[in-house]
Amino acid sequence: MGHAYTPGLMVTERTIVRKRRLLPIPGQVIVRVGDRVQSQTVVARAELAGTVHVVNVANLLGIAPDEVREYLVKKEGQEVRQDDVIAENKPLIRWLKTEVRSPINGKLESVSTLTGQALLREPPRSLELLAYVDGAVVEVHPAQGLTVETECSLVQGIFGIGGETWGELVLGVKSPDESLTAGRLSPDMKGKIVVGGAFLDAACMKRSAELGIAGLVVGGIHDEDLRELLGYDLGVAITGTERVLIDGKRRVPLTLVLTEGFGSIPMAAKTFQLLAHHAGQKVSVSGATQIRAGVLRPEIIIPKESPSHLRGEGRGEGPVAGERAGIRLGDQVRIIRDPLFGRIGSVAGLPPDLKQIETESHVRVLEVTLSDNTTVVIPRANVEIIEGT
Amino acid sequence: MTGSAPVPDKPVAGPPLSVIIATDCGSTTTKAILIEKKGDGYRQTYRGEAPTTVEAPFEDVTRGVLNAIAEVEELSGRKILEGETMIMPSRSGGAGKPPVGVDIYISTSSAGGGLQMMVAGAVKSMTAESAQRAALGAGAIVMDVLASNDGRLPHEKIERIRSLRPDMILLSGGTDGGTVTHVVEMAEYIAAADPRPRLGMSYRLPLIYAGNKDARDRVKGILGEKTALVITENLRPVLERENLAPARQKIHDLFLEHVMAQAPGYKKLIEWTGVPIMPTPAAVGLIMETLARREHLNLIGVDIGGATTDVFSVFGGVFNRTVSANLGMSYSVSNVLAEAGLDNIMRWVPFTIEEETLRNRIKNKMIRPTTIPQTLDELQIEQAIAREALRLALMHHKSLATGLKGVQQERTISDIFEQRASGETLIDMLTLDLIVGSGGILSHAPRRVQSMIMMVDAYEPMGVTELSVDSIFMMPHLGVLSSVNEQAATDVFVHDCLIYLGTCVAPIGQGKDGERCTDFEIAFSGGRSPEKGTLAFGELRLIPLTLEERAKIELRPARQVSLGEGKGVPVTRDVRGGVVGLLLDGRGRPLQLPGKPEDRLAALTRWHQAVNLYPGKS
Repeated sequence: MGHAYTPGLMVTERTIVRKRRLLPIPGQVIVRVGDRVQSQTVVARAELAGTVHVVNVANLLGIAPDEVREYLVKKEGQEVRQDDVIAENKPLIRWLKTEVRSPINGKLESVSTLTGQALLREPPRSLELLAYVDGAVVEVHPAQGLTVETECSLVQGIFGIGGETWGELVLGVKSPDESLTAGRLSPDMKGKIVVGGAFLDAACMKRSAELGIAGLVVGGIHDEDLRELLGYDLGVAITGTERVLIDGKRRVPLTLVLTEGFGSIPMAAKTFQLLAHHAGQKVSVSGATQIRAGVLRPEIIIPKESPSHLRGEGRGEGPVAGERAGIRLGDQVRIIRDPLFGRIGSVAGLPPDLKQIETESHVRVLEVTLSDNTTVVIPRANVEIIEGT
Repeated sequence: MTGSAPVPDKPVAGPPLSVIIATDCGSTTTKAILIEKKGDGYRQTYRGEAPTTVEAPFEDVTRGVLNAIAEVEELSGRKILEGETMIMPSRSGGAGKPPVGVDIYISTSSAGGGLQMMVAGAVKSMTAESAQRAALGAGAIVMDVLASNDGRLPHEKIERIRSLRPDMILLSGGTDGGTVTHVVEMAEYIAAADPRPRLGMSYRLPLIYAGNKDARDRVKGILGEKTALVITENLRPVLERENLAPARQKIHDLFLEHVMAQAPGYKKLIEWTGVPIMPTPAAVGLIMETLARREHLNLIGVDIGGATTDVFSVFGGVFNRTVSANLGMSYSVSNVLAEAGLDNIMRWVPFTIEEETLRNRIKNKMIRPTTIPQTLDELQIEQAIAREALRLALMHHKSLATGLKGVQQERTISDIFEQRASGETLIDMLTLDLIVGSGGILSHAPRRVQSMIMMVDAYEPMGVTELSVDSIFMMPHLGVLSSVNEQAATDVFVHDCLIYLGTCVAPIGQGKDGERCTDFEIAFSGGRSPEKGTLAFGELRLIPLTLEERAKIELRPARQVSLGEGKGVPVTRDVRGGVVGLLLDGRGRPLQLPGKPEDRLAALTRWHQAVNLYPGKS
């Protein structure tokens, strides 16, 4: 294969990001091409059909299913209130009367003369789609959604939990190799995005959730702590809807982005510097991760306060960037597998031939010079490029 | 169960096939192979691969296909493409020039998450289970199984249907002339949920009705307007018999017409192929079935991937497939830990490691799925996880590959003592002839003996069982090829695809380590001196027996030990060799590892050394 390396994560000071914002079902787009939007702007709406409740009228009245219509008090399609009588029998003796009442507010959608069931539907719920990032609407997909474009700084993480959020970016540590502890968090961080360094533990995550911190960005966490926070073991990396557990039962939203991986791993200096440079600015953050089919990585988007009006050329989701030709000498890479997991260095050699490694597998390798000037040989599959300028 | 994987119905005409190009469009990689007629038989000659291009920024599957074929062109020197057109038929390139063209292009696909289905039936253990088997056999991932008696309240069922967004629904229920009410009830729930397809907003969700024929008009009335309804034969016309083939065929038709047609670039790809594109697992199932039928074998096949593990079996001519959608070696590796538990994984690891470190390593593999083990320790951990993924997937398979439930059976007194019931599993490890392993962890293990031991540890074959691996994962290509030219498919399968590892002999019973398990005497073909000896309990012994060699093994087990013919009864079997050899497994069945950590580590080390499992240490 031409690209025998893991595509890198983008860490860049200036890029164009396009976000396709789509409704789950057809609805109405309420902005137009050219409109400026804020992250919290409602850009589209849809009506989700209400929940259906089933009442077996025939069983409750002790009649045959094909007789159900004769016993209805409400007509099909008619609005009903909770506890309204929807069907009743007509006994000669009044106290033998049986009534079937509606369990909900909504309407009597249909009855079946074969099963004797009545289907009642709650009123539709309105679903609002927000812009998520500050930017401009560049495309409208009628009834489905739109695309927002923003000129921004961008940091892609490797893994995250929790959905889309936004807030002011603040630093919780002074350097990328420090750990963020619960003691460093304060009530004035409520609604903000806090940057940690190498690591934070379960106590720190819980405290963040209790304080109402909107998001955390950190080098690594322990899997054990994640399990404690979620209350279950995450089996596959498809995330974005998690709510974290506090007080043993209450679940609250908290978005978490890991820039390096699992374990205590200093955040890449480039990433930390970029985030530190933008402390105090409003950022949009998403923890949504999907590693299988249609890779989705968590992200921190820092819109430019004074856009240079770069024009994006690409279509669709994510950063608009040219396709990389492959890995090159001098590229900054992160080692992503033990025994040197998390170390960062630059590519010093790209030997073309297969090399036998300790496991006896024959693989393509590269040479990486680490910060202490030592050079190590690593399978190409075990590095990722730190992309962006 | 009468189901066999369906054969595409598009007729194949034209000249005999000499050169075939086949691709499998996987979720991450598109793999192309070239098959050429050499003399009387067919051989796989070149292969190429390229990243799959279903997702943005390309959003056109054919780009990846063309790239993979271009790699085959480069390696083979044969000119196959003229721009974006395939040159057909094949011909010589003229004096001194390389050959040109191919005779047919065929493909399978699992890109974009494969075929995702929801199935529904009247009774969970009867028609709903039959519907599940039909969908799985057609190569689908079954997202949920709904039934009147599945324990969920009606509104919960409706919410579930609404939230799933499958590619297709298969609705069954009732034998012909049986219940109509329950089927109609399920149809009403589906109609109330008004489900949307996964891909595309503008087309109606395909729904296959394969239930009680007396309910067809009712179902049409309820779902005809709301879905793209297709009606086919009842998949359980009577309790005693399944009729899965028509439903499977319809699933394939709709997969092409609706689902594939919505995926980026597939309209073009469908036009290129000489026969309909098959879902990858359906094609693998087809080649397994072909092999079992041709060789009169009972077999188990496994494809352990990054995200899912597929298990196929053919026992007594009955084909079954299951997919464990969340058991895999990369994307789903963390789920193997969650389902198997840490202790079950650690029991296979020949050293100690802190739980926190192991958990973090497994999660890091999940989020960076393309990385490879660089150290021996890491390799051993991955192979330990693989054993558990294989074991769990087989357990799942056993629970679904069963006889039909709800069928009245005549019982003998021995059935009652053995608590045998209708619906018992068809998987009988004693009558199993062959295990076929596939997927990176098995096909690319640095030593072939590692693949063999992983499968033996996970499956615990009993008696005498052959083991093999798929060399470069070309079973999907050969599956679809078998629907066009069975000879070409089986030639390549036997010569280039399957690598025979050897034979495992595993006596059934328990005993103390060091006690006599069985005596053996081996007579080799080709004049090699016979060998005889005693296999002790707790012993693993590997006897060299090459691919070309055959042997006759005579076994005289201890009193409490059986080799399938009864306790203490001697047996004689012909066995074949392989790239690993003849494995005598005296560890007992069921396989029990020592409980104390230090004893377990010592036993693992002893076994690993006995078969030279890893380099240097252990």
